[in-house]
Amino acid sequence: MSISHLLDDYQMVRDEERCIKCQVCARQCANNVHWYDEESDKMNSDGGSCVACQRCVTLCPTDALSVRRRPTSFRTNANWTAEVQTAIVKQAETGGVLLSGMGTDQPHPIYWDKILLNASQVTNPSIDPLREPMELRTYLGRKPDRLEIDFSAYTPTVTTRIDAQLKLEVPILFSAMSYGSISYNACLSLARASRDSGTFYNTGEGGLHKDFYEYGPNTIVQVASGRFGVTPEYLRQAAAIEIKIGQGAKPGIGGHLPGEKVNRAISETRMIPEGSDAISPAPHHDIYSIEDLRQLIYALKEATAYTKPVGVKISAVHNVAAIASGSVRAGADIVAIDGIRGGTGAAPTVIRDNVGIPIELALAAVDSRLREEGIRNQASIVVAGGIRNSADITKAIALGADAVYIGTSALIAMGCHVCQKCYTGRCNWGIATQDPDLVRRLNPEIGTRRLKNLLRAWSLEIKEMMGAMGVNAIESLRGNRAHLRGVGLSDTELNILGILPAGS
Amino acid sequence: MKRIYAKEEVCIGCRLCEVHCIVQHSHSRNIIKAFRDELDRPSPRLFVEEGDALSFAVQCRHCDDAPCVAACMTGAMQKDEKTGAVTHDADRCVGCWMCVMVCPAGAIRRGTTGDKIASKCDLCGGESEPVCVARCPNEALVYEDRGE
Amino acid sequence: MRDSFYIPSGCAISGIMSEEGRLFGSDMIMSSIAIMHFRANGLGGGFAAYGIYPELKDYHALHMMYDSPQGKADAEELLKRYFVVRTDERIPTRPVPVVKNRPVLWRYFVSVREELKELYYDLTEEDIVVKAVMDVNKSVHDAFVASSGKNMGVFKGVGYPEDIGEFFKLDSYQAYMWTAHGRFPTNTSGWWGGAHPFGLLDWSIVHNGEISSYGINRRYLANFGYECLLHTDTEVITYLVDLLMRKHELPVDLAAKVLAAPLWKEIDRLPLAEQQKLEALRMVYGGALLNGPFSIVVGSSRMMIGLNDRIKLRPMVAARDHDMVFMASEEAAIKVVCPNPSSIWAVKAGEPVVAVLKDHAA
Repeated sequence: MSISHLLDDYQMVRDEERCIKCQVCARQCANNVHWYDEESDKMNSDGGSCVACQRCVTLCPTDALSVRRRPTSFRTNANWTAEVQTAIVKQAETGGVLLSGMGTDQPHPIYWDKILLNASQVTNPSIDPLREPMELRTYLGRKPDRLEIDFSAYTPTVTTRIDAQLKLEVPILFSAMSYGSISYNACLSLARASRDSGTFYNTGEGGLHKDFYEYGPNTIVQVASGRFGVTPEYLRQAAAIEIKIGQGAKPGIGGHLPGEKVNRAISETRMIPEGSDAISPAPHHDIYSIEDLRQLIYALKEATAYTKPVGVKISAVHNVAAIASGSVRAGADIVAIDGIRGGTGAAPTVIRDNVGIPIELALAAVDSRLREEGIRNQASIVVAGGIRNSADITKAIALGADAVYIGTSALIAMGCHVCQKCYTGRCNWGIATQDPDLVRRLNPEIGTRRLKNLLRAWSLEIKEMMGAMGVNAIESLRGNRAHLRGVGLSDTELNILGILPAGS
Repeated sequence: MKRIYAKEEVCIGCRLCEVHCIVQHSHSRNIIKAFRDELDRPSPRLFVEEGDALSFAVQCRHCDDAPCVAACMTGAMQKDEKTGAVTHDADRCVGCWMCVMVCPAGAIRRGTTGDKIASKCDLCGGESEPVCVARCPNEALVYEDRGE
Repeated sequence: MRDSFYIPSGCAISGIMSEEGRLFGSDMIMSSIAIMHFRANGLGGGFAAYGIYPELKDYHALHMMYDSPQGKADAEELLKRYFVVRTDERIPTRPVPVVKNRPVLWRYFVSVREELKELYYDLTEEDIVVKAVMDVNKSVHDAFVASSGKNMGVFKGVGYPEDIGEFFKLDSYQAYMWTAHGRFPTNTSGWWGGAHPFGLLDWSIVHNGEISSYGINRRYLANFGYECLLHTDTEVITYLVDLLMRKHELPVDLAAKVLAAPLWKEIDRLPLAEQQKLEALRMVYGGALLNGPFSIVVGSSRMMIGLNDRIKLRPMVAARDHDMVFMASEEAAIKVVCPNPSSIWAVKAGEPVVAVLKDHAA
């Protein structure tokens, strides 16, 4: 057979002076990059199968290792880059669809970095969040326009029945990541951190493992096109239900769990055969139009006696404003929008990198459209897709979001190094794998602690930014675009975002 | 008293506990010097046992009624009344290895370097946290008082 | 001419009312606002007075400002489409040297045309008046409606309030409620319409503060048909008061709990029923929360309401003496007209002080 034309991506660099041959690297690499040679009493490495996950580098007790990008000596070519050439070669050799994990790594514009925040001075005192109350509490769900009051009693009482709401102590939720795409321990960490921090996590389309029923009050369950694990018990356990129409990493196509990751527990939870690929259909085959969506939303509401919010998750695509508006009118209590930088366990690389639009623009368009139509209060907006820090969150809320979903950030907090090889099931950090030897590497106690720390740190930062703006309640920041200014944006972009340029 | 307990469900079998135990009991206490230059560096005083699906570190249990103390013919093994730890006096030990034979946990081994006497966990001589506990990358060892 | 950029204010406010509906002259309010001279900088002053047109009390009194004769002509044409004009006249003034560059000041006593009431059968008479006011402010460039209530009027302009009061011959009126404002804008403002009080129907608001939630309050109000064209916080406050109290019929104390919402840590300690009520208000009316420092005195035909922001970042003092109720930015402003009130106190954050016209009065 002919040889492969593919060159190794990475090389392993070992400082022989520092290496003590403890063999931790050999034991910890799931890709068999390192091994100990008894004869020569030396450690050897082969960078060929290295995915640059940094596991060995992190664990090496003498800091003797580093991963280096193999220098490529292709002739410099701005159009036919090494990456572009490699993709073609891979496809020539396999005839298959190229897959990737995590969100797109392409340099699409990041609008968060071109939006700046305000601060109050002199005329309006800024507020010190360490000494004054600073309120982040957020309610997600359908809200009425006004409240009816009954004055006949001694103290007036509200008679309007408000639909079920999710109560969040911080405006940050954990994004949908299925049990299957990530490990049991990772799910457990997310569930516990949500419970302890007063927020919610999302099961993704993996169904709900029985062990997680105790975290039901902090769980949002997903009803996706494959309907994996959807039973009446599943719906009963949840605090809210989310119909997944699409996700930012792969708008228009369904979820994909490679067979390598479908072990017995996954098979039971999802109700599919062991070892088989779990590929969700592209559309819901009972949702071919907006009225069909309405039917499903109300079926779920009836099934849960209207006690839980039912939301819809959509990808950010060109007519996202119209779709969002339609979803709200179809009865969605929460609209979650996932932008092009959303993550995934496995997606065709070409779709991940080329389909969808940035969440910043989608958010601004949806918020403006819902307000124009006078229906903004009927559903809460949650945005996702590359939320990297508390500044992104503050800007998202100022643009109009009620809350954000974080996926990649949560994984990075638990140990992910974004090597993008989730679909192989050999995650060295115990996150995107079902191999028990690898899963145990994520100690749920540590995972939970790190996630709680992240939420806590970001909450404090958001409070600092709010205080600087002279705002002490998040409802006064939500949709308050007057506190944002753009730099380096075109007129059209400023218009879509609904913000003024810096200096004005 | 506080003892070291293993959490086998999160032990990743990396054996860094063994590495750091060696460093802690070496001359230089520097990991690179200890491994490169000290030819008579000690063996680890705890060992990671590995099976099919599981691994965990084993070390001296500092038994209340320690068989090794009873078996020791020179009195090198002693139960410290104050701390509760079972201590080993290297100067008194003659390497008869009766303790190795009677230890129910298999936690004592023959030393492989120097005088080749017995080698067992000494809770790092009273440090606030033994180094194996402090340096386990996955918190698979804990140092706590379980009232046992 | 009008403010095209956002102007925050640091100011002086005062309000005096007789709960019995007794009419009294302007000297008390003038002394009260004058003693707070240095809280203003001469770039805006104004008054609202209630009960001043007893013979024409069934007609809406539109106080208009025109920057040009064309503005007057255009506005009158528009007004006549909405209203039947009973009588109209120049608002009487006397020359005061420091009050310069005044617009044309005219007042009209009007009632809504019957055919309009039929055409807009699902709107109340007040809704139609609001519609007309928004229409004039938006489409007639050189015209501005300063007030549009019955038996009340707003008198304001560019100058210290004492001078403005002198200019408008306020000593010739008798009212049961007077409010006043002295402005300290941080940009120059040559526009008379930008001064306080801001009036809509029989609401008048004098306001000291800066609303950091302005951006969202404005967008929230747009949902209900209120267009904020004037780039001032006070406009937004007035529309919110109109929305909450007139259209949504919330009582004063609940409206105050929307505008100056209590903190969650306080709500969480209340009995369950009260908790749920306040939770519902915050959930539904989040866009109406006024964040940032403010003290306001809201005037209306039946009530005078004083309110501070939720963490009291602006001063406000209130007092009662027999049937008189006083509210002001400073204690001195009350003591100068009422040296020994039976009670005098600093208004608490988020808790409204309400003076109510007794039923047998007016």
